[in-house]
Amino acid sequence: MIPTDWFLLLGTGLFTIGVIGVLSRRNVLVILMSIELILNAVNINLVAFSHYLRSIDGQIFAIFVITDAAAEAAIGLGLIIALFRNKETVNADEINLLKW
Amino acid sequence: MSFLNSIWLVPLLPAAGATFQLLFGRKVKNRVVSAISVGLPGLSFLWAVGCFLELLNRPEHTFTKVLYTWLPAGAFHLSNGSLGNLTVSAGFLLDPLSGVMLLVVTGVGFIIHVYSTGYMKGEGGYYRFFGYMNLFMFSMLVLVLAENYLMMFVGWEGVGLCSYLLIGFYFKRKSASDAGKKAFVVNRIGDAGFLMGLMLITVTFGTLNFQQVTAMARSGQFPVGAGVITAICILLFVGAAGKSAQLPLYVWLPDAMEGPTPVSALIHAATMVTAGVYMVARSNALYVLSPFAMHLVAAIGVTTAFFAATIALVQNDIKRVLAYSTISQLGYMFVACGVGAFDAGIFHLMTHAFFKALLFLAAGSVIHSMGGEQDMRRMGGLRKKIPTTYWTFLIAALAISGIPPLSGFVSKDEILWQSYAGSEGHYLLWIVGWITAGLTALYMFRQIFMTFWGESHVSPEVEHHIHESPRSMLGPLVTLAGLSAVGGFIGWPYLLGGSYRFGVFLEPVFQNHLAIPAAQHAFTEFDLMALSIAIAASGIYLAYRIYVQYPQFAGRVAALAGAGYEILLNKYFVDELYDALFVNRTKDLGNTLAAFDAGVVDGGVNGVGWLTRLTADISRLWDIWVIDGLVNVMAFTVKLLSFPARIIQTGFVQNYAWLITFGVLVFFAYYLLHF
Amino acid sequence: MTLDQTAFFILSALALVSGILVITRRNVVHSVIWLIVTLFSVAGIFLLLQAEFLFAVQIILYVGGIMVLFLFAVMLVNVEASLKEARFNRQWGLALGTSLLLLAELAYGVYKGRHGFRLVQASLAAGGPTSNTRIIGSALYGNYMLPVEIASVLLLVAMVGAVIMTKRRLF
Repeated sequence: MIPTDWFLLLGTGLFTIGVIGVLSRRNVLVILMSIELILNAVNINLVAFSHYLRSIDGQIFAIFVITDAAAEAAIGLGLIIALFRNKETVNADEINLLKW
Repeated sequence: MSFLNSIWLVPLLPAAGATFQLLFGRKVKNRVVSAISVGLPGLSFLWAVGCFLELLNRPEHTFTKVLYTWLPAGAFHLSNGSLGNLTVSAGFLLDPLSGVMLLVVTGVGFIIHVYSTGYMKGEGGYYRFFGYMNLFMFSMLVLVLAENYLMMFVGWEGVGLCSYLLIGFYFKRKSASDAGKKAFVVNRIGDAGFLMGLMLITVTFGTLNFQQVTAMARSGQFPVGAGVITAICILLFVGAAGKSAQLPLYVWLPDAMEGPTPVSALIHAATMVTAGVYMVARSNALYVLSPFAMHLVAAIGVTTAFFAATIALVQNDIKRVLAYSTISQLGYMFVACGVGAFDAGIFHLMTHAFFKALLFLAAGSVIHSMGGEQDMRRMGGLRKKIPTTYWTFLIAALAISGIPPLSGFVSKDEILWQSYAGSEGHYLLWIVGWITAGLTALYMFRQIFMTFWGESHVSPEVEHHIHESPRSMLGPLVTLAGLSAVGGFIGWPYLLGGSYRFGVFLEPVFQNHLAIPAAQHAFTEFDLMALSIAIAASGIYLAYRIYVQYPQFAGRVAALAGAGYEILLNKYFVDELYDALFVNRTKDLGNTLAAFDAGVVDGGVNGVGWLTRLTADISRLWDIWVIDGLVNVMAFTVKLLSFPARIIQTGFVQNYAWLITFGVLVFFAYYLLHF
Repeated sequence: MTLDQTAFFILSALALVSGILVITRRNVVHSVIWLIVTLFSVAGIFLLLQAEFLFAVQIILYVGGIMVLFLFAVMLVNVEASLKEARFNRQWGLALGTSLLLLAELAYGVYKGRHGFRLVQASLAAGGPTSNTRIIGSALYGNYMLPVEIASVLLLVAMVGAVIMTKRRLF
């Protein structure tokens, strides 16, 4: 059997990779994709616990997460398109109008 | 009609004249001014004669009249604690003493007024001159006729004022106005002493009335010891010294020669300067009680007489010689009072009025005919050119030198005899007085010989000018010459067969003994009389030898004497001494006080202003640094504290994301550590 | 080592490696492709955990829907320009450090609690014809009715929003 903590560790690693991506990539699309990575890590966690606790709630939660990720990706990409139309760039560090 | 009942007319007439001239004199012609200013004193003289004749008919030759109560001062404490009531009246006292003074003042005054119409003719301020002269007559008459010390003091101040006005008559000349001021200031010093004496009399006797004070003094009804009386006498004498130009308050009289010559004649020869002698004579009851004061008076008198005579010897201005001569003769009068021979002093006062007034008027005549020249070194040989002036001058000079039978001889001889043989007399007084008599003759005839005899040193342009004076001036000269010649007869001494009527007449006032036992003295009156005639004659002869026969002798003696001559010529440098001691020190005080005022007082005010400005500055600085500082500090603090909050707003989304991550890290670490 | 453990290692290695590749590729399209690989691996993990429905949903929805959406977006955005620009921003060091620390903490946390996972069951206790899909279905339309409805509204809103945001300004 696979111990549950291995799944958790996998989730942790994937989460960390996602976090690194969010924090350090300039391209907004890559940032969004890193966010998807994070969400997937969370899903792994949820399903792992669902399996360990023999409850279906985890998987239900995971479904909702996927739904949410879809909606969010749609909106986010729409935003990026709109942003690209205004600013001609998709680099996060060039969008700093709210700088003090 | 009684002259005496209207005795107030005597001072009033000149007063009316003065009022008219000073108010309206500018608008009327000089003739009117002359008429009024000579007529009124003339009327006054006639009235005075009338009063005097009526006086002779009265018992005890005394008359008093009170016009009104001037100062009902009320109750006060005498020096011994008892209650006194001081009432000062405005009133007149006519007795032998004031009667003599009255006749002298009005008579000589009238004569000099007549002279002035000629002398001052053509001068600017004609009406002003006569206004002041009449005012002077009024004040002098108030002084002489007063029945109490306070009224006499009113007249005293009045004559001082007129003296100042008349000395500084040519006020545009600085020396004249300075001389006027000097006279007034020095007089004032004397007046301070006089006032203190009056105050002491008031608290001692409780009254200022002459008759009451004399009665109380003679009867011994006063509550203080001899010391207070001495103090009173000395203080009164200080006033007399100021008014009558004795040491050390004589310095104003020589400078007073800046005034017109009639002024010198009237005020500084005949009348004002004699007020001091009159006052001492009036207070004889007090002086007799204080031998010390009498000795002091006599000593100062004789010292002044000698001192002034030495200075007169070398002066070159014709009027200066006469001024110092006046000081010297006044000294003689005080010697007389000081040895108790008050009647002799008053006698000399009268004769001196005659011949000194004559000397001044004649000198004025000389100056007038010389066109204003006053330096004797530029005169000479004038006796043929102005004979009347010369002869009257000569008579006066003989009188003052004490040549019998002229008036000066009689009075001066009486003084000299009393100074030796009198009850308070001393042979030293006689010796100095005798030497001074010789000096008197010397300088007087030096003056005569330099002016009228010898070679003419007159400058050419003046030479043509020389003419005899007009009749208005010569008339008085002749009148006074007559008086100087025969005036002595009313006081002819017993020794020479006379009846000394003058002294007898004045006896009720002085109540002193007249007869002196001859056996008590080493020298008799006759001896001394002969000695005084001898020294006078030798003085005249010496003057003749030096100034007529050997004119260069005087110059060589002066050169040999060197420093001594310089000292005499410069009047012993007394004026310079007074300047250094008093005048400049007073100015220094004034300067110090002015500096104090400017520095401390004004400095205080400025300091308050400075303080206000300082406070305002401090407020300003407080406002700028503290108040605004607080506000600025607060703003700065906000800025400082907002700095971290500001720099976080990078506008860079991933920074925010990192911050979130970091926060999670921290919280999770805390969770791990504590769980 | 059993078969599922091997499968787990392969799948997890694949997921992690492709995940790393996602965030490090210069070409955004390559990142998308690698993300697809990652998603496939995660789907495999779901299968290992006997969540067959989720495995299917993951592939259909995530890969087939979302990643296609991503690709479209990537195409709309200028691709060549991004090839010349820098990949990482200024804070990449800080981010790396913090994230590794986070990893360490989380790993430590898991490590500390690993003894809590004692119950190791073979599979679902209740046998029978209950398949995973059926259970999920009955749970969704049973207990979780409300979240379903809300999720549908959310999707609707997202759709509308996306349309509006990307519209060209016609008014």
